[in-house]
Amino acid sequence: MESMNRTLMPEVTQTASADTPVRPSLQRLLERWSSSAWQWATTRRGNSERGGVMAAQPQGNPWYIAGFVLVVFLLSWHFFTLRSSFDQRGLSEEQLQMMEFNGDIVRAADGSYAWNPEKEKVKGVPGPLAVLEKAREELAEAFVKKGTNDHGIAYLVLYTVSRFAGGFLAASVIAIMLGVILGLNKVLFRAANPFIQIMKPISPLAWMPLLLYTVKDPKWTAVLVVFMAAIWPTLATTAFGVSSLRKEYLHVAAIVQLSWFQRLFRVILPGAAPTIVNGLRISFGSALVAVVPAEMLLGELGVGYLSWIEWNNLDIAGVIFAILVVGVVGVILDSGFNKLAGLVTYQE
Amino acid sequence: MPFLLIDHVTKYFSNPSGAGQVCIFKDVTIKIEKGEFVTCIGHSGCGKSTLLNIIAGLETPTEGGIILNGREASGPGLDRMVVFQNFALMPWMTVFENIALAVRSAYPDWSHDQVAAHVKKYIALVGLKGAENKRPAALSGGMKQRVGLARAFSIEPKVLLLDEPFAQIDALTRGVIQEELIQMWNTSRNTVFMVTHDVDEAILLSDRILLMTNGPEARIAEMVHVSIARPRSRETIIEHPHYYKIRNHIIHFLVRHAKHGGSDGATPELATNGNPIIVDFERDSLVAH
Repeated sequence: MESMNRTLMPEVTQTASADTPVRPSLQRLLERWSSSAWQWATTRRGNSERGGVMAAQPQGNPWYIAGFVLVVFLLSWHFFTLRSSFDQRGLSEEQLQMMEFNGDIVRAADGSYAWNPEKEKVKGVPGPLAVLEKAREELAEAFVKKGTNDHGIAYLVLYTVSRFAGGFLAASVIAIMLGVILGLNKVLFRAANPFIQIMKPISPLAWMPLLLYTVKDPKWTAVLVVFMAAIWPTLATTAFGVSSLRKEYLHVAAIVQLSWFQRLFRVILPGAAPTIVNGLRISFGSALVAVVPAEMLLGELGVGYLSWIEWNNLDIAGVIFAILVVGVVGVILDSGFNKLAGLVTYQE
Repeated sequence: MPFLLIDHVTKYFSNPSGAGQVCIFKDVTIKIEKGEFVTCIGHSGCGKSTLLNIIAGLETPTEGGIILNGREASGPGLDRMVVFQNFALMPWMTVFENIALAVRSAYPDWSHDQVAAHVKKYIALVGLKGAENKRPAALSGGMKQRVGLARAFSIEPKVLLLDEPFAQIDALTRGVIQEELIQMWNTSRNTVFMVTHDVDEAILLSDRILLMTNGPEARIAEMVHVSIARPRSRETIIEHPHYYKIRNHIIHFLVRHAKHGGSDGATPELATNGNPIIVDFERDSLVAH
C-alpha cells in the first residue's frame, strides 16, 4: 500500500517541507494523517470564528492527498473490474450443461451454478482483491523452492538485486575511472566524446543478441546488459564534473604539493562527487529499467522473469503482482542510493 | 640579489578571436627584499593576477623567470602560498581539514597531534575558535577568508601571495580583517606580494606600491614608497601628512589610465630607460627643506 502511495505521488514527496521526512514508515504516515486531519479541523474552526476568511497559507499534508488518491484509485479499480455473479435464469438445462462442459461455469454442491474461478482469472483485468489474494499466496511461500524454475518471490528478488548490483557496480567503477581520466585531459575528452555520445542513446537491450552471441551465457549476458545500461551516463557526467571542477581547488592541491593519489581522493573525486552522483542516479534508473526486460528475454530467474512467466500462465493477477514487486524493489534500492548520495554531496 | 626577483617576465596569451598572440605584459622586473610587503595596483585586465599566478608557479611566463632566495622557482610549491580572491576552500572539508591538508603537506614528519595543535593555533589566531568543524558553506565571506589566511600563514611560506584577498568581503568586515592581517604579518614578517584594486588597503598594508598601466603590453609605470611609519592602524593612518599625498597620487595615476592606452597614446610618465619612476614623498620633503 505504502509503496503504491510513493509511486503514485513522487512529486508530492519531493516538495514536502524540510521537517517532513521524505519517506515515513506506515505508522508515522498514519500519525501524520490523523494529526493533519486534526490541524485541518482546527483551522477550519478558527477560520469560521474569524468570519470564514480563508487562511492565506496553503494547508494540507501531501500524504493526506496521496492517501485519498490511492483510496479513490483502489475503489474505482475494484468497481470497474467487478463482474456480476452468474445468473442462470433464462438458460435451459441443456445450455447450462454445455457451459459446464466448456468449463465456463461450475456446479456447486447445492445444484446452483457459478462462474468458473479458474477461467475468471483470464477474463478481463483482475480486481485489487484478486491481486491481494495472489500476493498473499506468493508471500506465504516466499522462501520456498518448488523446482528449478519455480523459486519463491524472495529468491527472485535476491537474483534480480544481485544481477543489478553486479552490473551497476562494475559499470560505476569503470565509468568513474575512465571519467576521471577524460575529465583531467581535455584532448582525450574531446576525442572520446563522439563515441560516448553515440553509445549513450543505444538501448542496452539492443546489445543483447550480440552479447549473448559473444559470451554464450545468458547469466552473464543479463549482467552485461545492466552494465551497458549503467556505464554511459556515469562516464559522461564524471568526465564533465571533473573537467568543470573549479581551478582554484587544483591550484591549492598543486601549491601544497599533494601526491597524485591524494589529489585524486582528497580533491578531484570529492569535488566532482555531486556531479558524479547525478550521473550515477541516471545510470541507476536506466539499469533498473534494463534488468526487467533482460530477464524476460533471457529467461533468467528474477522479478522480470516472474512477470513474464505469469503472463505465460495467463495469470493477470500474477502479472500485476510482479509489477508491484518491481516497483517496491526499485523504491527500496533508490532510497538506499539516496542515503549514500547524501553522504558525498556538499554545499558550494 | 634581492630575496624575490621577478626577472624580465613577459606573458603572451593566444588571441581568443583567432590567430596571433596578445602580449599581456612585457619585461616586468620587480625586486622584493625579505620581509617586504609589496602591492601591485592596476585596472582590471592589466594582467596583475596573471603576474601573481606566474610568481605562484600556477602559470608559466612566456619569457623571463622567478628567482626566490637565489634559486629559480618554477612550478607551484609550498614556499609560495596564495590567498585566493574567492577563498578556494574545499567545500567538502571542514575548516580544520582545509588547514590541516596544507599543514600535513608542509610538515610531513609531524605526528597527528602536532598537526592538530598547529592547525588549532592558527584557527585561534584568526578568531575562529569553535568553528573548526564547520564547513565553508556555513561561514560568511569574512570568515572564509580568515580560514584562507590561516591556511596560508600556517605553512609559514617564504612568500605570501595575496590575490585581491578582500575584494569579495563587505566593506565593514574588510577593515577588520585588514587589521588582523597586519597583526599576523607583524609577528611572521613574511615577504608579501599583493594584488588589489583598493587604494586605501594598499596604503595601509604595503611598504611599496607598484602602479601598472593597462594592457595589452602593460608595464610597471611607477613605484610609490609608502612613507608612513609602522605600526599603522586604520584610525591613525589617515592623520599622517603623507597619506592623502600618496592616495591622491595613486588615484590620479589610475584615472589617467582609465582610458585605454594612457594619456593620448603617449606615456610621458614612463622614464626613458623603461624603469619605473620612483615616487617617495619622504625623500621629496627632505629635498624641499
